[in-house]
Parts: sequence; C-alpha cells; structure tokens
Amino acid sequence: MIQAHDLPRLLHGDTGRPLTLAQHEATFPIGARPGGLFEELEASGLTGRGGAAFPTARKVRLLREQRNHHKFVVVNAMEGEPGAHKDQSLLSANPHLVLDGAEYLAAMIGAKNIAVAVARDNPSVVNHVTRALHERERRHDRGAKFELHTPPWRYVAGEESALVHWLDDNESLPQYRPQRPTILRIGHGPVLVDNAETCANVGLIGRYGAAWFRAHGTEQSPGTTLVSVTGAVARPTVAEVPLGTTLREILALAGADPDPLALVMGGYGGSWLDGRHLDLPYANETLAPYGVGVGAGIIVVLSRAGCGVVETHRIVRWMANESARQCGPCAFGLPALAEDLGHLAHATRDAAAAYQRLVERAGVIEGRGACRHPDGVVRFVRSSLAVFAADFEGHRHGAACAGAQSRRHFAAVPTLEREDELIWE
Amino acid sequence: MGMRRRTGGFVLAVNPIQCDGFGHCTELAPDLVRLDEWGYPIIDKTPVALSNLSALESARLAVRGCPRQALRIERVSDLPEGPAHRA
Repeated sequence: MIQAHDLPRLLHGDTGRPLTLAQHEATFPIGARPGGLFEELEASGLTGRGGAAFPTARKVRLLREQRNHHKFVVVNAMEGEPGAHKDQSLLSANPHLVLDGAEYLAAMIGAKNIAVAVARDNPSVVNHVTRALHERERRHDRGAKFELHTPPWRYVAGEESALVHWLDDNESLPQYRPQRPTILRIGHGPVLVDNAETCANVGLIGRYGAAWFRAHGTEQSPGTTLVSVTGAVARPTVAEVPLGTTLREILALAGADPDPLALVMGGYGGSWLDGRHLDLPYANETLAPYGVGVGAGIIVVLSRAGCGVVETHRIVRWMANESARQCGPCAFGLPALAEDLGHLAHATRDAAAAYQRLVERAGVIEGRGACRHPDGVVRFVRSSLAVFAADFEGHRHGAACAGAQSRRHFAAVPTLEREDELIWE
Repeated sequence: MGMRRRTGGFVLAVNPIQCDGFGHCTELAPDLVRLDEWGYPIIDKTPVALSNLSALESARLAVRGCPRQALRIERVSDLPEGPAHRA
C-alpha cells in the first residue's frame, strides 16, 4: 500500500505503459477508509483541478440533492490548454485510478452513467482509456456504466458546458448560463463534470480517507497536484508535487531557467507572474495576492532571452482564434486585442495608439461572454501589462526590446492553419 | 389586489449567444444600454430600482423589440443600500 507521505501518488507507473487493472489493484489496495465516502470527501477539502479550484464536495452535494434517475458523471480529460499535459500523463500512467474516482463520484450522487471525454486528437490516450475500460468490463459488471467520448480538440471544447453540450447534442459550444452555479444537463439528467485529476484524487480519498490525503499539501490546499512545466526548460515535465511547494523547486524538476523573466501561471487564460517571485509556495492562497493561481496546473517559463510582449501577442492571437464565435464581444473583441498587441509587439508607428485601445478594449470585453473564455484572455492581457510594464513602455514608443528582435519564442502555441483565420467574416 | 409595492430592482440581462448586435435595444432603452465598437450591447450590471418606472418601461420595450429575443428582465429581490443602485 502507498503510505500517506509517499510520492508520487497519482503518477504511479510509467507514462506510456499504464498499470493494468491487476497491477493497479496491487499498487492501490482497497484500504481502510475511516468514514463514509462523502464525509471523507468533505473532510479532505479537495478542490477541482481543472482550473476553477471549486470544492469538489460542494459540487457533489449539489448533484446529490437532485432527484433524478438519470444522472451522469463526466470525466473531463479534454486538456484544451496547449501547455497542459497532465491529464494525458495521468491517463497514460494509471487510467484505473481516474476511473475508480469516477465510480466513487457516481456512487455518491447516484449516477448510472459515466462518460470519459478525451480529445480525439490524442489517440494514444484514447487507446489507453479504451483498454482500461475493456479490462474493467471483463472484471465486473456492477455499478455505473462507462462510455468513452472523443470530442474534437479545441480550446473551448474542454469548457464544462461545451463538453456537456457535446455529449448532449454533438456541439462543442459553451452554453449560456444566467445563474451560477448552474446544473448542466444531458437530456434531463443532471451532470457532474470533474477533471480527470480531480477524479484520481477522489479515487485515493475513497480508498484511504481524508487524513491520508491531507498528509501532503497546505491547510487550505491539501493534497498533491500535477504541474505541467514547459517553455524555457531542459525537459518539459509533468511533475506531481504537494501543494505549497515553492515555484523554485517545481522549476528545478524540469531543469528550467533558474532566473526566468516571467512565468505563465494557470494556462493561457491565466496570468503572468514576474520571475522574481520564485520563492512563492505553489498554492492558490499564497499566489492570489500576486494575481495568479494554480489554474489548470500549467507553468510556462519565459527566459530573459524572450520578450513578454511578443509572447503575449502570440498567445492572445491563438486564443482569439480559438473563440467559438458565439458571442460578439469575444468573436470581435479578442481579434481586436490580438491586433493591438501585434502593433505593440512589432513596435509599429501605431503602437502608442494601440496601447490606448488595448487598455480600453480589455475593459469593454470583460464579463460579456457566455463562458469565461474572453475573461481569461482579458486577465492574461492585463497581467502582461502589469508584469511587462517596462517592455510595453519601450514597444509603445517604437523601440522593441532585444528579446523581441531575437525572435526566440518559448510558449508553445499551435500554428493557425491559415493566416487569415483570425479575422472573422 | 391593489397596488403592488415596488420594492427591489431589476437588471436587463442579455444572452450573448443569442445576441447578433442588431442594436435595437440601445434605441429603445438608451439609458440602460450602450453599444461597444462592434455594435454589441453593454449593460450595466448594477440593479435599477423597480420604482423607476420609466427605466422599467424602456427595458420592457427593449425586451420586446429585440429581434433575436436575447434580452430578459431579471428581478433582484433586494437592492443594495446606498448609492450603489441607480434610482
């Protein structure tokens, strides 16, 4: 049995050679859980690992109170962020832990169906999950029924309402939810959506209980988390660390630049963090004063050889293209932001005016989409304005910094298929 | 029956997916709605007092006049005290 202080917890087994069901049950034997399943989950203080860090127990309670015979659990392993590889690593190392967690969740809310959603552009993960599901099918035929779904990979397709929309109606588009929290539905059945890593943690809590789970992490952010570190690193890494580990230690695991210019924290809808703050513990409560968060467990390292304005432009440009184009402020606003950032990144003659427009437009767009996609981009742009204030000052007045002229890029951004794709209509 | 007491407030809410930026709302409720540079409505999220009858009437006109039926009047039961709401 894995002891409470052992690491790794989640990433047991080699990535790419997942534990079989027999190996999984030998590694994670059913332990003595001290209390009831839901009570232990509540006591564990587990928060969602998909980005919002919403308390999982509160979500489960909400679904549990619903009276319905056709509830669903959805395991979200879509991983829309280009910088994230954690769901992929988790499912290629130990898919059964995730599936166990989904079964526990289904038992708690009384769901009969579990849908596992993996992007179809990631065939190796689809294979691992398919095999794991076959193994379980042969083993026992009780509890909730699993189904694998493979929506197309797009940034917003992993957003929970878009994912549920896909499962319900084969359209990967976010839904309008006037009140929050809203209970999403497939047909009439209420749906509990949880990230794959959250499910894996539920799998552990269901086996060993809250006290075991809390052996790692901080008081407010208990447990371990998976962090994908990319950018200016020796080896892009998915590491499992206890929450509260300092950023410096996490970066060292990936062999990152020890003196970075800045970090993207949480994902491309997250925020920039100045590279001076490497001694901060990696947990939401300590990162919040700096305007950043754990988010989806993504750290992208930007070295001093790069330029923050250029990186922000590249990322925002791609994010603008990933808009679902349902809401006007997002469909038109984000390309406009990207264009303004383009002027600044290239320090054109229009740069000073573009800076003005950028600030104004960021204020106009915020909070006016059906999902949080535009808000995420606005937050990202705002944080770049704060962190790279000096660089923006130079770029505004037509003097691009040395990093911009070196044309070195660090953040992974998928190429746009067509250059004109960005301009809508 | 009699007169209903008009306590509380309302906000005009837009469904951004439905909205196609026709701009009728800003014509019908100029005090509540302004347009951004792309023609989509910007609506203040602070509630308006229900006792403000002219604002309520214009909000109703905007709801009825929206070609995409994207607008809704949401009632807010209690107004925040002080100058936060618009009379």
